[in-house]
Amino acid sequence: MDPTFALIQILNGIQYGLLLFLIASGLTLAFGVLRVINLAHGSFYMVGAYLAFWLTQRTGELWLAIVLGLPLALALGFAIERVMIRFLYERDHLQQVLLTYGLILILNELQSIVFGNEVHGVPAPKALDFSFRLTDTLSYPAYRVAVSIACLAVAATMYGVIQHTRLGMVIRAGSVNREMVEILGFDVRRLSALVFAAGAGLAAFAGMIAAPLSSVYPGLGDQVLIVCFVVVVIGGIGSIKGAFVAALLVGLADTFGKTFAPGLASVAVYALMVATLLWRPQGLFGRNA
Amino acid sequence: MAAPPRMLSVLALLGLAALLLVPAFADRFYVQLFTKVMTMAIFAMSLGLLVSGVGLVSLGHGAFFALAAYIVALVSPATEGASLWLALPLAIGGAALAALAIGALAIRTSGVYFIMITLAFGQMLFYLFHDTKIAGGADGLFIAARPVVAVGGIALLQLDHRPSLFYATLVAMAATYLFLGIVSRAPFGKAIEGIRVNEQRMRALGYDTYLHKLVAFGLSGALAGFSGFIYATQYTYVNPALFSWHQSGLALMMVILGGLRSRLGPLVGAFALVLIEELVQAWTTHWLLLIGVFVISVVLTLPNGLVDLLPRLLPRDRRRGVAVDA
Repeated sequence: MDPTFALIQILNGIQYGLLLFLIASGLTLAFGVLRVINLAHGSFYMVGAYLAFWLTQRTGELWLAIVLGLPLALALGFAIERVMIRFLYERDHLQQVLLTYGLILILNELQSIVFGNEVHGVPAPKALDFSFRLTDTLSYPAYRVAVSIACLAVAATMYGVIQHTRLGMVIRAGSVNREMVEILGFDVRRLSALVFAAGAGLAAFAGMIAAPLSSVYPGLGDQVLIVCFVVVVIGGIGSIKGAFVAALLVGLADTFGKTFAPGLASVAVYALMVATLLWRPQGLFGRNA
Repeated sequence: MAAPPRMLSVLALLGLAALLLVPAFADRFYVQLFTKVMTMAIFAMSLGLLVSGVGLVSLGHGAFFALAAYIVALVSPATEGASLWLALPLAIGGAALAALAIGALAIRTSGVYFIMITLAFGQMLFYLFHDTKIAGGADGLFIAARPVVAVGGIALLQLDHRPSLFYATLVAMAATYLFLGIVSRAPFGKAIEGIRVNEQRMRALGYDTYLHKLVAFGLSGALAGFSGFIYATQYTYVNPALFSWHQSGLALMMVILGGLRSRLGPLVGAFALVLIEELVQAWTTHWLLLIGVFVISVVLTLPNGLVDLLPRLLPRDRRRGVAVDA
């Protein structure tokens, strides 16, 4: 294989993986800290993509769309936690699955009512609308590089917050023993709302920056949801580090699978998950369940 | 899985009686609709054996339904119907074998990991049938004619005849329900119930819990195959969408919606979901929105599912079985 071509595939795989990490980190946090299986997590990605489409159309720039849209997405996550999710913390996982499934149906229909069923495109920011020339025939779009950098920056910030701040300490403690944190006098209710809203915001942010890379269409959240569950499970449920490693693995496996065996690319990702679970039933970085 | 309370059993029998009359009074559309509902009910019951029986939540159960449907399509000759005596055992057996193979690997995990590994196997089969050329690829396969039920050249049942197919499905549904009742009362049923409640203790008592779980998984795969067979017979068309996680998710929603604590739960859930879908679809294109609202309201107000609705509606004193002083 041509080394430049391979380089492009690797860059694409990493960029896709980093995007997956942003979405999956919220999912794995919700599970680790809140003990909630949130099937509607992919819908936040969809909300982000549609916010990007709508606000870019209005303001003309994706930057502005992100600045305006992110608070909206955070507010939506916060509201959903307060109105529905918080009643599920003590309930069986299956009821969480059922309720968040209902939420998917509602958000998907609202999307179809408000935006219709057409496929939309979102232009990349003008400042980044150019490509790096690698050889005479191959080039790499600057916007993809920017997406990777943005994802890395968010990941680094998240790492800093979780590892080195008081809030992060409480979040980590909550994922180990929620009751203990409550007994120690921390407001777990507020912490839960915060973590859920942050997860929703991360997924929506991923949807926004990914909008120019792929089109914005109905049902795009469902697609993303399943892949993110794969990432979370391979990495080990509740582990941010696991989600990071698994997201890159899945991103690369998917990208290279599509290049070499298009018919079997999607199978490859799931085969990776099965192999991981058979080798380590609790995922790469998971604690024993 | 508890047997339903008497009140609910009476209602279920009344519902059964009403179903018996459907082909006599309702038009073609409803005969077809209720055949579909009953097929889904069998599918949901097969998953119920796993979810409420053993406590194993599968999100890949559609795979066995779809495999059986595909087997019917593949064994049917190009111009005539396959023999039921060949197609039915092959469909159920194929689904059971696939369930045993997938189960043997999946049962090594538990909890959410089990949900995900079953989902992964389901998705792998979906993409295998969707992205490659085997069995018609993304276009699916048509079945030229419905399976033939005949002994020595004499037809016993015409599955082409809608009411006949309807009654055959009704019998299949009732038989599945009774069969699951027998299973839950048998020593095997008691053993898997024990595993659901406390697997550690069952192992300490000397039970091979892995083997019990595997047999339950195989059995529920076989029953899912049974419903897949009926589906293929009714619609004479199969496509990869049957393998998609939506199909598995739908069955899981039916089981949880109906209620996990009762053997009637999956049945109630299947009837409720398919019929409400049909009802709401008639007057709005955005019917999924209302289904979503319905599902969320059930979760928030009826933690034990729809089967809990009736006891709640009864006056409190009657519910407790206490006589009211005049």
